[in-house]
Amino acid sequence: MNKIENQLSYFPGCSLATTAKENNASLNSFLNHFDIQLTQIEDWNCCGSSSTHSVNSKLALSLAARNLFLAPRDKPLLIACPGCFLRLGHAKMELNESREKQRQYEQQFDRPHNPDLQLLHFFELLVTMSRNGVFKNLTGRLKGLKIAPYYGCMLARPPRMNKGKNHYGLIEKTMSALGGDPVQWAFPASCCGTFLSVSRPEITEKLVNRIMKGAIRSGAECIVTACAMCHLNLEIRCRKENRLPIFHFSELLSLALEGKASRDWFKRHLINPEPLLEQKQLISCKKAGNPNGFFR
Amino acid sequence: MEIIQTNHMAQEFVDQVEKMSHSNLSRCWHCLACSGGCPFSEDMDYLPNKIIRMIQFGMKEKILKSSTIWLCVGCNTCSMECPNCVDMAAIMDTLRQMAIAENIKIAEPGILSFHNAVVDSISRYGRTHKLEIMMRYKLSEKDLFSDINLGLRMLSKRKLDLLPSKVKDKKSIQSLFEMAERLS
Repeated sequence: MNKIENQLSYFPGCSLATTAKENNASLNSFLNHFDIQLTQIEDWNCCGSSSTHSVNSKLALSLAARNLFLAPRDKPLLIACPGCFLRLGHAKMELNESREKQRQYEQQFDRPHNPDLQLLHFFELLVTMSRNGVFKNLTGRLKGLKIAPYYGCMLARPPRMNKGKNHYGLIEKTMSALGGDPVQWAFPASCCGTFLSVSRPEITEKLVNRIMKGAIRSGAECIVTACAMCHLNLEIRCRKENRLPIFHFSELLSLALEGKASRDWFKRHLINPEPLLEQKQLISCKKAGNPNGFFR
Repeated sequence: MEIIQTNHMAQEFVDQVEKMSHSNLSRCWHCLACSGGCPFSEDMDYLPNKIIRMIQFGMKEKILKSSTIWLCVGCNTCSMECPNCVDMAAIMDTLRQMAIAENIKIAEPGILSFHNAVVDSISRYGRTHKLEIMMRYKLSEKDLFSDINLGLRMLSKRKLDLLPSKVKDKKSIQSLFEMAERLS
């Protein structure tokens, strides 16, 4: 993608629709500022998540495929959640590789398969925006904010998909372009433990606290992640002594714009980021009053 | 030293795993990149590369009864480390599904309960309803209190919605479940 498309279809996924509403709201707010409109796929369903492909590959393909068939044919499909991006991308690959599967699902959904549907990672959109000079005048507000860029497993993918674009370094690049100060640290791509947080919490807790401690040791003041699942796990399984504010990527992007971030997003965080934001003057102090919930 | 008896069934097992996972097991040269990179390996009973060797030796029952196949979350870190493009995460998917299909005693029943609760939720709403998944999981594990404070904190921050986000066309979701049943 070289040109910024202003009309994108959009797959939010279950996390952004529920537990990570602040991720969804900040993403929309940020893109609206640049006149990029997102239209949700009509009646989208869960991508299948980690659980479905763990226990039933056929069902995993079916669930992801329904979304691919529902997506408008003429627009790129922006997928906000890295997990969903992988599931939908995997389904597209499976369909494109097998005429037999295409035929089965065309019959099921009663419309033709679109082998050329463009699945757009949020990061890819940012690369294009950056290339088009969108961030040029936005270098002031995040100045001096020490950020630990956290990818988790979002950029990892199976060997069959290893020809895709690689976005390592993109958080660092974007944050620096906005004046922020990304730190070097040991755990940018260390898995957060995902669903083991529910059934084997002690394992997730070990991984999460290793990550959080690493971020603190690196001198970071906050962590930024592009995955809603990672965000949740880092917040809920972090021990008190290792707490550090964790932002969704889209929240920090919105904070780089003046008057775009909403305090409502940060009220939904389990680790309160407001003191840091006030200290960095990224939001006005509470007393100043803020009738519309948006801050400078 | 343990002596492993291989048998004529070993090749059949290898073929089955390779077909389902789109992987060529003989590409593995046991460099341990997968096991070294895996964030879960220290909690596994067999390291990921060892599982490959065990498949080649036909040690099916031991593998399908292992906790390794359930502790793998499919983060694909191993796939990024592997110099030979062995799709370890897909191999683990395959082994889990074999264990379910063959009614093997599951080493990590809690993890399977969780997966089932997620799939159940999708079958009901077309999307995942996290609060209900948690409640159902906790009920199935008869463990209602271990995360109760966390649950309350999440509710107070409105991280957990009381009502599910739903797909309108419920029938189409149902027919996907039927289709998956038909195809397997």
